[in-house]
Amino acid sequence: MDLSSQHPPLSTCPVSLTINGQIRNFDLHPWVSLLDLLRGPLELTGTKKGCDHGQCGACTVLVDGERMNSCLKLAVSLDGAEITTIEGLGTPDDMHPMQKAFLEHDAYQCGYCTPGQICSAVALLKEGHAHQRHEIREAMSGNLCRCGAYTNIADAIEEVLGTEAAASVREAAE
Amino acid sequence: MRHFSYTRAETVSDAVEALASDPQAQILAGGTNLVDLMKYEVMRPAAIIDINRLPLRDIEDLPNGGLRIGALASNSAVAYDERVKERYPLLSSAILAGASPQLRNAATSGGNLLQRTRCYYFYDPATPCNKREPGSGCGAIGGVNRIHAILGASDHCIATHPSDMCVALAALSAVVEVEGPDGRHDIPFAEFHRLPGDHPERDNTLGQGEIVTAIRLEGNHFASHHTYLKLRDRRSYAFALVSVAAAMEVADDKIVELRVALGGVAHKPWRDFLAEAEFAGEAVDEVTFRRIAQRLLTGAKGQGQNDFKIPLAEKAIVRALRQAASGRPQDQAVKAIQ
Amino acid sequence: MLNSSKVVGLPLPRIDGPLKVTGRAPYAAEHFAPGMLQGYALCSTIATGRIAEIDTSEAERMPGVVKIYTHENRPKAARRDEKWKDEVAVPGHPLRPLENDRILYDGQPVALVVAESFEAARDAAALIRVRYEAGEPHTDLFREQANSYVPPVLRAKDMAPPSPRGNAEAAFAQAPHQISAEYSIEGEYHNPIELFGTTAIPAEDGSLMIHDKSQGSQNSHDTICKIFGLNPDKVTVRNSFVGGAFGSGLRPKHQLFFAVMAALDLKRPVKVEMSRSEMFYLTWRPSCIQTVSLAADEQGRLQSVMHHALEATSRYEDYQENVVNWSGLAYKCDNVTMSYEIAKLDVSTPGDMRAPGAATGITALEAAMDELAYEVGMDPLELRVINFVHRDQNQDKEITSKALHACYREGAARFGWSERSHEPRSMREGNELIGWGVATGIWEAQMSPAEARVSLSAEGKVVVSAAASDIGTGTYTILGQLAAETLGVALSEVAVEIGDSRLPTTSVEGGSWTAASSGTAVQVAGRMIIATLLKHARKMDNSPFAKATEDQVELSDGRLVLEANHQLGVAVSDIMGEAGLTVIEEHAKVEPDKAIQKKYSAYTHSVVFVEVRVDEELGQVRVTRVVDAVAAGRILNPKTARSQVLGGVVMGIGMALEEEGMVDHRTGRIMNHNIAEYHVPVHADIEDIEVIFVDEDDDKASPIGVKGLGEIGILGVAAAVSNAIFHATGSRIRSFPITIDKILESETMQ
Repeated sequence: MDLSSQHPPLSTCPVSLTINGQIRNFDLHPWVSLLDLLRGPLELTGTKKGCDHGQCGACTVLVDGERMNSCLKLAVSLDGAEITTIEGLGTPDDMHPMQKAFLEHDAYQCGYCTPGQICSAVALLKEGHAHQRHEIREAMSGNLCRCGAYTNIADAIEEVLGTEAAASVREAAE
Repeated sequence: MRHFSYTRAETVSDAVEALASDPQAQILAGGTNLVDLMKYEVMRPAAIIDINRLPLRDIEDLPNGGLRIGALASNSAVAYDERVKERYPLLSSAILAGASPQLRNAATSGGNLLQRTRCYYFYDPATPCNKREPGSGCGAIGGVNRIHAILGASDHCIATHPSDMCVALAALSAVVEVEGPDGRHDIPFAEFHRLPGDHPERDNTLGQGEIVTAIRLEGNHFASHHTYLKLRDRRSYAFALVSVAAAMEVADDKIVELRVALGGVAHKPWRDFLAEAEFAGEAVDEVTFRRIAQRLLTGAKGQGQNDFKIPLAEKAIVRALRQAASGRPQDQAVKAIQ
Repeated sequence: MLNSSKVVGLPLPRIDGPLKVTGRAPYAAEHFAPGMLQGYALCSTIATGRIAEIDTSEAERMPGVVKIYTHENRPKAARRDEKWKDEVAVPGHPLRPLENDRILYDGQPVALVVAESFEAARDAAALIRVRYEAGEPHTDLFREQANSYVPPVLRAKDMAPPSPRGNAEAAFAQAPHQISAEYSIEGEYHNPIELFGTTAIPAEDGSLMIHDKSQGSQNSHDTICKIFGLNPDKVTVRNSFVGGAFGSGLRPKHQLFFAVMAALDLKRPVKVEMSRSEMFYLTWRPSCIQTVSLAADEQGRLQSVMHHALEATSRYEDYQENVVNWSGLAYKCDNVTMSYEIAKLDVSTPGDMRAPGAATGITALEAAMDELAYEVGMDPLELRVINFVHRDQNQDKEITSKALHACYREGAARFGWSERSHEPRSMREGNELIGWGVATGIWEAQMSPAEARVSLSAEGKVVVSAAASDIGTGTYTILGQLAAETLGVALSEVAVEIGDSRLPTTSVEGGSWTAASSGTAVQVAGRMIIATLLKHARKMDNSPFAKATEDQVELSDGRLVLEANHQLGVAVSDIMGEAGLTVIEEHAKVEPDKAIQKKYSAYTHSVVFVEVRVDEELGQVRVTRVVDAVAAGRILNPKTARSQVLGGVVMGIGMALEEEGMVDHRTGRIMNHNIAEYHVPVHADIEDIEVIFVDEDDDKASPIGVKGLGEIGILGVAAAVSNAIFHATGSRIRSFPITIDKILESETMQ
């Protein structure tokens, strides 16, 4: 393989992203991934790098509401998109219901895969395809947890799903 | 990652023109495979043409009851589309058997067709691989080849195609719509991917500058008798060791039309049209299923570590045919094999 | 509100949880400083040989590259082995990155690129051209059996198998029931989800702040100071949050060396984060070949136990672990012989991985016990029950406690073991054969020397400080609970500072000893605070404590009270006010009681019941139910304790069915060096797991009654899965992991 390729000019591209509700404008090299943009210059390190190749799910964020592996997204290709990271879901003093459920069910140990699990679980709720426990497990299989908190994660999601279902029944009744 | 120039195509013809004029350019759609391979230095394009702005995201009804799936429709969008679920449930099921929800949200239909092999040697630039580096040899032959091909391999390459979706598309005889410097044309699915032969560096029959714009499904839906059965090393989020897309049309307990496509066993989704045709009119029973399986695996050859794939494929075909015949397709969230 | 006098034993959420679930907990590579550089390592692609030529010129031209380090220009570092040996090093010559042109294993770092951005460092590394002279690699343990040897230098004195007792050969020959089998386990890789990373930040005053992924901040600190000859007082290592490690973070890894080397050389902050591939080149659970021979009398009583193990090690170090010794103490047997050897391969030095040695050895022993049960014709659980022993026959010592009968009883009841039909292939549902398997687990209950500092303010705020680590184990929370209970405050009033080399001395977090060790230190420091309060309170006018001794008083809701009568007491704020104090701080130093250790051995025990369902035609295995009953002394926090065991079970399922490094022995290269193809369990693999903690009082294993839980969860799991697969299919598969190909090729699946 010819490695002596000349470096193309280090041109950057203008990119605008809405990150956790804030519009941000950048000039980026096209080879910068969304994950590296978040974890590097933006210091939004809640989004984790576990493999950098779409094999673990630790980098899961919401792109226009859909869960994706941010490691496999070139930031330039997302120009105009809305990105929600774990930091945008809640804070220690004002947690998202899914974050509260993870805390209560001890659905994590080391905590490193956790933001990805939670972003994935929040998307799972919105998708509406998983209802029963085995469907939750299948729909969460893109998020590895090496500490093995799987049963607790399923418990946490099941609880939030139950609460949401109950809420929608109440809404329908009103 | 090799540094590259980046352009966004605004029209299909822009994209075709840019791709045709630069042999070192690659198309970026969902990026789930291309960016992965670029980070591993396996693919080193000098130019990236981003086609995400092209109007190729829709799934349209065709007058004949079929569907036209835009190349940029995400795997998730296709799998959960009500029309796909109703008319081509085999396709929906196969998509849901693959990857993860995150990857399926990002990955596109066109990109799925262009997925590259998961061969360990292809993925590791420190090793020889005729697909990555023509002429460098095949590391997998005589090496770690548990996941490799048992059908249609060559002395130059024993890699397999990794897609689940494509196995269903093969079974459904989809048509790939392509646009290139010479205009638009259709490629029957069976002719889209190729066997490695002397040129394993070529995964498919796309010409220089051609891009996939849509996948067309028409004709028989096989909505009553179909299944997608996938065997792998863990219960989700793993590539197939062997997978089977089976579909049949049945009348009076006899096979009217049979479709069987295999994944994880060859350089392309494996279909044998002649073999399928031989079983028209045969009884829908275990004896026939076994004969079908044996017939489809005629000439199967192991590489050592993957020898088990031959009996596994045989049993999986029988099981899939049983599922399809009984109208009980595999539910991808249920891990007991039905 | 919490009952402040009862905090220990409650299933409380982790106190570090809110930071973790909101993404605010910073891990090693998540610290920033102005002008920070990024490092990226290039690793060798051969397993043995030398670097003939390394050309960095193209890479250096990459914009943003600051410097590229190779063996040709590496800054000076210590040369002597002693300087490179960390707290838990094994015998041999520790690897010194970039020291010379020699390559000792696939994936050995050969260069470090330091650049202004991560992308520049990564992309320049790909432009470095290395020409190797490769030697012939030896990486297949099966082919190196003839070159095995008994480690000449022991890693620790209790590492060697005890001398034989009785006459195992003769007893085996005479016994009516015998089994003998070989078991093999492929190499496994820890693969914590956090990549190894280090951020090194030099300050103008010459001090250095290092954030390192490590299971011991002081181990990293002491080692890096020795390597670079740094003033230990000027260097701080922090590991506030550790994204899993499972043993891989016990010894410092090359990214620590690289980050510090570059930061010192370039006088700028440097961050080095590994790639996932690199994580396969650090350390591993060594591949192992074992032979277990068991014999029993007509009633199933063990007459002979023989266990031999051969494990892989590297060219440069003699890694060792206790694989076989468990076979001499698990069950009652008077004729026992055990041996352990290693063989050198062209691989990185293996390392401790969750329940090191035991996970490997007990897998073979407990699979063999199942084979013996079927040879004798008795229930596998019953065989274990009748061979129960309440003594450590290896060391001829008493056992501090062993509530294993309770585990057997409660676990079996919960699992429904009595419904099991003995014959293989006798239970099925739908297309699946059902198998139930059982195995016992054992791990040492260890305590290491530890220190802790605890302070109590007049307002009732508590601060706990120790250089302990929380690698997901719950250390923050249980130390907080112990301090809260001892000092009679709510957990919310306690701040826990750990993960900092400046804090009171603590050994690496491993071996499940942190709770027993640091926990005891915290409790002792808390009691010292009470003693100090009592001393001041006695001096007060009309003190109700005039005659009270230290063990007659306690703290409750901000008051020092008589244990016997909480009405009699004085507010802590009044005592401190009178004494002119705003805060009382005490520093405790604890170590295991030698007198107890001389007389007693201490172990945790468990029994694992597993249900598998195996597709009769296709050989797909599902683990559908697990009950793990554990006797581990006092449980400080049932919520985090349960999680520890759950995690062990999940890793055990991976060990049983999925995990293996696949090496191309022609080149010595690991081919599945990624976590798409090195399979660890995913959500869909894990169905119902139930954890039971049986009551077990133990006042000798550690002063706080704790035995530790980090390892016990994995023990017995792989064996129970394989035993269940036998029960389902009628085939013994003695090679781990038990993948679908092995099932399909087994005799009853043909």
